[in-house]
Amino acid sequence: MSRAQSLRRFGRVRTLVIPVLAAALAASACGSDSAGGAGGSPKSGGTLTFAFGSDPTCLDPQQIQLSEGLTIGREVVDTLTDQDPKTLRIVPWLAERWDVSPDAKTFTFHLRSGVTFSDGAVFDATAVQKNFDAVVALGAKATLGYAYLSGYVRTVVVDAHTARVEFKAPNAQFLQATTTPSLGFVSPASLSRTPAQRCSQPPVGSGPFVVDSYAPNQRVTLSRRTDYAWASPLARHTGAAYLNKIVFTVVAESGVRTGSLKSGQVDGISQVSPQDALGLEKQDLVLLPTIHSGIVSNLHASPSPDRPVLRDPSVLPAVQRAINRKQLVDTLLNDDFKPATSILGGNTPGHTDLSSLISFDPAAAKKLLDTGGWQPGRDGIRTKDGRRLHLDVLWVPSGFGPEQSVLELIQQQLAEVGIELGVKRLSLAQFTPLYQSNAYDLFWARGTTRADPDILRTIFGSKKPAAPGSAQAGIDKLLNDQNATVDTTRRNQLVEQAQRRILEAGYGIPVFEQTSIMGFSPKVKGVTFTAHSWLQFFDTWIAS
Amino acid sequence: MKTYLVRRLLQALFVLWSAYTVCFAVLYLLPSDPVSLMVSAGAEQGSVDDAQVENLRAQYGLNRPVAVQYVDHLWHAVRGDFGVSVQSGRSVTQIFLDVLPATLELAAAAFVLAVLLGVGLAYWGTFARWSWARQLLLSIPPFWASLPTFWTGLMLIQLVSFRWGLLPATGNDGSRSLLLPAVTLALPTAAGLAQVFARSLRATQTEHYVTTAAAKGASPRRIRLRHCARNAALPALTLAGVWAGNLLAGSVVVETVFSRSGVGRTTATAVSTQDIPVVLGLVILSSALFTVVNLAVDLTYPLLDPRIVHLAAEPR
Repeated sequence: MSRAQSLRRFGRVRTLVIPVLAAALAASACGSDSAGGAGGSPKSGGTLTFAFGSDPTCLDPQQIQLSEGLTIGREVVDTLTDQDPKTLRIVPWLAERWDVSPDAKTFTFHLRSGVTFSDGAVFDATAVQKNFDAVVALGAKATLGYAYLSGYVRTVVVDAHTARVEFKAPNAQFLQATTTPSLGFVSPASLSRTPAQRCSQPPVGSGPFVVDSYAPNQRVTLSRRTDYAWASPLARHTGAAYLNKIVFTVVAESGVRTGSLKSGQVDGISQVSPQDALGLEKQDLVLLPTIHSGIVSNLHASPSPDRPVLRDPSVLPAVQRAINRKQLVDTLLNDDFKPATSILGGNTPGHTDLSSLISFDPAAAKKLLDTGGWQPGRDGIRTKDGRRLHLDVLWVPSGFGPEQSVLELIQQQLAEVGIELGVKRLSLAQFTPLYQSNAYDLFWARGTTRADPDILRTIFGSKKPAAPGSAQAGIDKLLNDQNATVDTTRRNQLVEQAQRRILEAGYGIPVFEQTSIMGFSPKVKGVTFTAHSWLQFFDTWIAS
Repeated sequence: MKTYLVRRLLQALFVLWSAYTVCFAVLYLLPSDPVSLMVSAGAEQGSVDDAQVENLRAQYGLNRPVAVQYVDHLWHAVRGDFGVSVQSGRSVTQIFLDVLPATLELAAAAFVLAVLLGVGLAYWGTFARWSWARQLLLSIPPFWASLPTFWTGLMLIQLVSFRWGLLPATGNDGSRSLLLPAVTLALPTAAGLAQVFARSLRATQTEHYVTTAAAKGASPRRIRLRHCARNAALPALTLAGVWAGNLLAGSVVVETVFSRSGVGRTTATAVSTQDIPVVLGLVILSSALFTVVNLAVDLTYPLLDPRIVHLAAEPR
């Protein structure tokens, strides 16, 4: 899996975060046995071996952005709150309850007592304070957590079981952020290590599992805490985890990963490609597809004002209508994938079904371009004032198999209405500077996982103030307002308007819902996913 | 002999320095920098403000002029300090000490296999009694040489591990997990070795000393081993340095296919994330290995051909 929510779609992103469940699966997410179907009552003991596609590289849940590391982190640290993958509501965990000030600047958490870290230290308001201070001090090294705490002023220890977190500006997204391992708690003693040591040495958390050892590029071994007694209310059981041990290994090559699962050398694997899925199912292996929350797989348009073709007001709206999402999903992907219905995924809080804005309508696309003055040329590609209707899409292969075919089919679909799309395949190192300087038309964004609509602000908000009166300025205002709104209904209205404007302007051209498929042996039962899309093995057990 | 050694050592140092310098220049010409790659993994820097990124860059000294960075890195490298990895924050020396044994183990096993296979094929392919057997044996090396390493690896995994369940497909767990990758890595080297060795074996058969030995009544077996094989070994040995390089390069592919940790895997990751300190350390490490192997080869010549010692020891 890959980078978490701010998950970037590239590079490791392939590894991407495992998402929130698909609607269908959501039902099984926290309630029934996701893997293996019904199969007797849970029993304790045993070791689960799970193969990732790449190394977690860092074990500190506060620093890591890769989904491998966050998945491991989810087993090792607990968080103030948890998020129900079905209802997407925030529920208590280490905080029994909380109050949010109406201006979304102050969050007071009332902590549960009796929680300890695996080194024996007690979890209390001071631990909350030290951890949040530490995340802010990590700065850019804690990419996700630092952004969640943006505008952080301080944490006040009101009493041993009450912590008040204060921000200088409204920060409504913070509550959902407290469900993520990026703001999970490690023992105050381990905060005194250097950031590098915290990456390479086992983190000391209060979670159901403890990291025993980490051999980079080989394996991470976890064993359960027998005295664990503060599971999230969303868990299916209380007390200690069922599994004695979890071994996360790294199998880089996708065919070898699939074969390892088929031959029983591992019990579960990440990143099953849609092409391999059928073969695995025939062998009675269990596939768990999960549709990510957050931003769907999309073509992301450059905000640069200096791209004349891209900035022509008719072009991006025409692209929006010229893409046949259903055809893409039906011909290139499998049933686990769904065409996007907005720029936000269907199981993101605040998502609105806006399919009518982006439905496939080549006649409308052509009309938009005609009206915009783009005349079909001899080879079918349109021109205006001697300029060809050509856009380039930058593509950093993420390791997701069908990606290239998807881009090629989009290329054909756009050509139908007279738009020429060039696909430029780049390495991450080539892409990054182009991305930073906005020197591109479009790039292929695999999707960015987060179960909070504020992800729109992260991805589509401008870094510098936009020109007053521009479409971007309007979007920025909506995005900032939603982060200052505590009332869910009001906040969702703002989020809906933001989605609408982003789609209308064509800043994001949604394609399909980002989906990852995990494969498991049928003897593995009770695998669950968090709302934030990480695998969870607390309720997992192995049938004999 | 002493001057010879000193000269060779100076040459080796020059090779190390130039490899380091070229690599440093190439890495700095690339259009990105390791901190951006670390912070963003590609997109949406939005979440981290520029000041924080700048901060991090300063921590790694990446905001200094390139020339200063070069001299600083070089000065530290000379003293054996290769800095810390930008990605993981661990010391580069420690990273290598951790992964080097796994790769040396793999390369050594592959080397032994390659020598056994290559020498055996060449020997029997040259001296087998029946011509069809000779032809068959000698047609194997070109076939091996044409197999891409990743394909061989995947095929071996499919058959030996997944279908027959004989050996594990992945990991670094002792000799059982070493066998398949070692065979995969050995094949291309064995093929090259067999081709070179077979050719020189054929060439030695027409040498005068072979005729002389036969005339003196030496047994065919003694002639083959003592005269032909020993003389034919020189060209093969000369290429040993190249093969050591091949084994290192091949380990990138083999370690990825078999998911083994090692120098190759570390290299691949470090290059893709532009982890400059790690890449530079790797370059030094592999050029050092390469030079050492070549030096060892040169020093072995005299043992096989006493004439070479005189040439080398002769003051110019």
